[in-house]
Amino acid sequence: DVYGLGREALPEEIAAWNVDISPDGSNLPEGSGSVEDGEILFSDNCAACHGEFAEGAGNWPKLAGGDDTLANDDPVKTVGSYWPYLSTVFDYVHRSMPFGAAQTLSYDDTYAITAYILYSNFLVDDDFVLSKETFMDVEMPNADGFIIDDRAETEYTQFTEANACYENCKDSVEITMRATVLDVTPETEEEASVQDASEEAPVEVAAAETEAPAEEAAAPAMAEPDPELVAAGENVFKKCKACHKVGEGAKNGTGPMLNGIIGHPAGAVEGFKYSSGLQDAAAGGLVWDQAAMTQFLTKPRDFIKGTKMSFVGLKDQEDIDAVIAYLSTFE
Amino acid sequence: EGADPLITEVQDWASGLGDGVDATPYGMPIEFEADVVRRNVPWLTADPISSINFTPIHALDGTITPQGCAFERHHSGAIELRKEDYRLMINGLVDKPLVFAYADLERFPRENHVYFCECAANTGMEWAGAQLNGAQFTHGMIHNMEYSGVPLRTLLEEAGMDAAGDLSDKWVYVEGADASSNGRSIPMEKALDDVLVAFKANGEALRKEHGYPVRLVVPGWEGNMWVKWLRRIEITDHAVESREETSKYTDTLADGTSRKWTWVMDAKSVVTSPSPQSPITHGPGPLVITGLAWSGHGAITGVDVSIDGGANWQKARLAKPGAKMALTRFYLDIDWDGSEMLLQSRAHDETGYVQPTKAQLREVRGLNSVYHNNCIQTWHVNTDGSAENVEVS
Repeated sequence: DVYGLGREALPEEIAAWNVDISPDGSNLPEGSGSVEDGEILFSDNCAACHGEFAEGAGNWPKLAGGDDTLANDDPVKTVGSYWPYLSTVFDYVHRSMPFGAAQTLSYDDTYAITAYILYSNFLVDDDFVLSKETFMDVEMPNADGFIIDDRAETEYTQFTEANACYENCKDSVEITMRATVLDVTPETEEEASVQDASEEAPVEVAAAETEAPAEEAAAPAMAEPDPELVAAGENVFKKCKACHKVGEGAKNGTGPMLNGIIGHPAGAVEGFKYSSGLQDAAAGGLVWDQAAMTQFLTKPRDFIKGTKMSFVGLKDQEDIDAVIAYLSTFE
Repeated sequence: EGADPLITEVQDWASGLGDGVDATPYGMPIEFEADVVRRNVPWLTADPISSINFTPIHALDGTITPQGCAFERHHSGAIELRKEDYRLMINGLVDKPLVFAYADLERFPRENHVYFCECAANTGMEWAGAQLNGAQFTHGMIHNMEYSGVPLRTLLEEAGMDAAGDLSDKWVYVEGADASSNGRSIPMEKALDDVLVAFKANGEALRKEHGYPVRLVVPGWEGNMWVKWLRRIEITDHAVESREETSKYTDTLADGTSRKWTWVMDAKSVVTSPSPQSPITHGPGPLVITGLAWSGHGAITGVDVSIDGGANWQKARLAKPGAKMALTRFYLDIDWDGSEMLLQSRAHDETGYVQPTKAQLREVRGLNSVYHNNCIQTWHVNTDGSAENVEVS
């Protein structure tokens, strides 16, 4: 040590953070997972964004398909068609997924989900079990599809001062394409106001959180939700944010926007395509009151048969109360 | 025309009082500049939490980007991480793995440098044709700030690198503390050269959205490598080949093979005004044409401007001599005759490289590279002063 700053990292600290997996399989943990288990885990944890068969939903990435499309006009880059190393899949699923609940998957679950992604790309059979031992047996179709940066040879030699023209460089100049033909530029004024609103909303909540909660609690007016509970709910809602929006300008996404959802009839958010299960419940008069929402959030699929919401549910009653309190603040 | 009442009559602001010094302990731009903000292109990504927005370069001048409107890119959202909760680990092929607290970092000798940070996808939407109408959207995934921080080399030397042996084939793997943890592998040669572990930008603490309290600064190299909320540095004997260096940030060529490790951002420039979001409103006469130029290979040595779509070029005036891996402001002051213009700019850097046309790049790479599009941009300026993003023959 040169300056004597910092302290020695403990082995258990290094073990907690040093989890990156390399192409040669080094640092792979003990464990295993089957395609069969992976199918269920994928449905629960991944399908909301990536589709039941890893085919992708909306603008979220497709994880399967796209074979032999890389030289096409619109290449479809998936784990099967593009990713050169399986280690990258395991590493990424384990460290960064599911979106909004990263680093919650066990090693066995990560092996299983990785196995299912391989299966969805027709790279392994349905009885395949991925483990530290079988990992390096898997062949990735595009493993040889990459070259190291060769711009120095292919580009830098021709884009030079010597080749730069200054006068009469072209006989004629014609406009060959206009951006207004496609017209995909955001409407700046409107867009800006929507953006501002959605960015300001959380700030207001945060401010409420820091205002002397003791005084607030002393005078429990009407049915105002407890600010602490609302703040806790905002935190729980991070699990939901990938699919559900709230606040000014909230739009439907993978799931419906949730402004005013508490106390309102089910299946009634304009413009959202509900599952038939939820439509049936709505037809039966379901209203999202505290009790119904609690049941739904405990085990969504038990409460609404056939719901598209792939979220497994909240285990903790406190979390459910908190997130309902948070949602009740959006009208 | 009579006398101007703004001059001849006493205005409210010339008689009454303005705000006191306590009105804004931390100031925001005056309300009249409310349109100079970062903007998003919603169709680009599935969700604003894993997305990018754009610096309003059409409305800025000089070279330093204010933090508050400097573009953001997050993969799992901008997190709140207190300095007290911050830890930085160095492990792998080091003599002694270390953990630093934030306060430790402020005790190492530090440096100040101005560098641009450009997303590899900047101008990426333009590969297939002119798409977005505005310099903010075509070229706004860039910012340029003065960073204060500790050279990465200093921290690596603190942990000791004898254990790594020959350093020429070693790598440094870096990752963040957020939910995406965006890991990237950097060759040791670059790590020991000019990479900075930064905690201040433009004199003040980094903003949350730029990685508070600590981010990596990798001069001249694609923004994805500038890991935010930096939590771990690992010396390895190979590239980790993470998601961000294989499935993303790789450039697919026409034949379907893809380039990887395309880290350096080549020389590039754009006219920021006039441009679609910054039309000419004053009619013919004196006109300031201005823009930005930069190169990941070093300093900008010159910028050429064409007003006829690249048939003829003239040398623009650089506001200051180019500095390594930093934005350079250029100006061309003309007497506009009110006729149509096809405005272009072309950057030269210290290696002798000259910014190519879109056609030249497409000839080498095809249309599917997505990243690293540093082609010459064309704005069609109409006789009424409005401007549009176009492509020319």
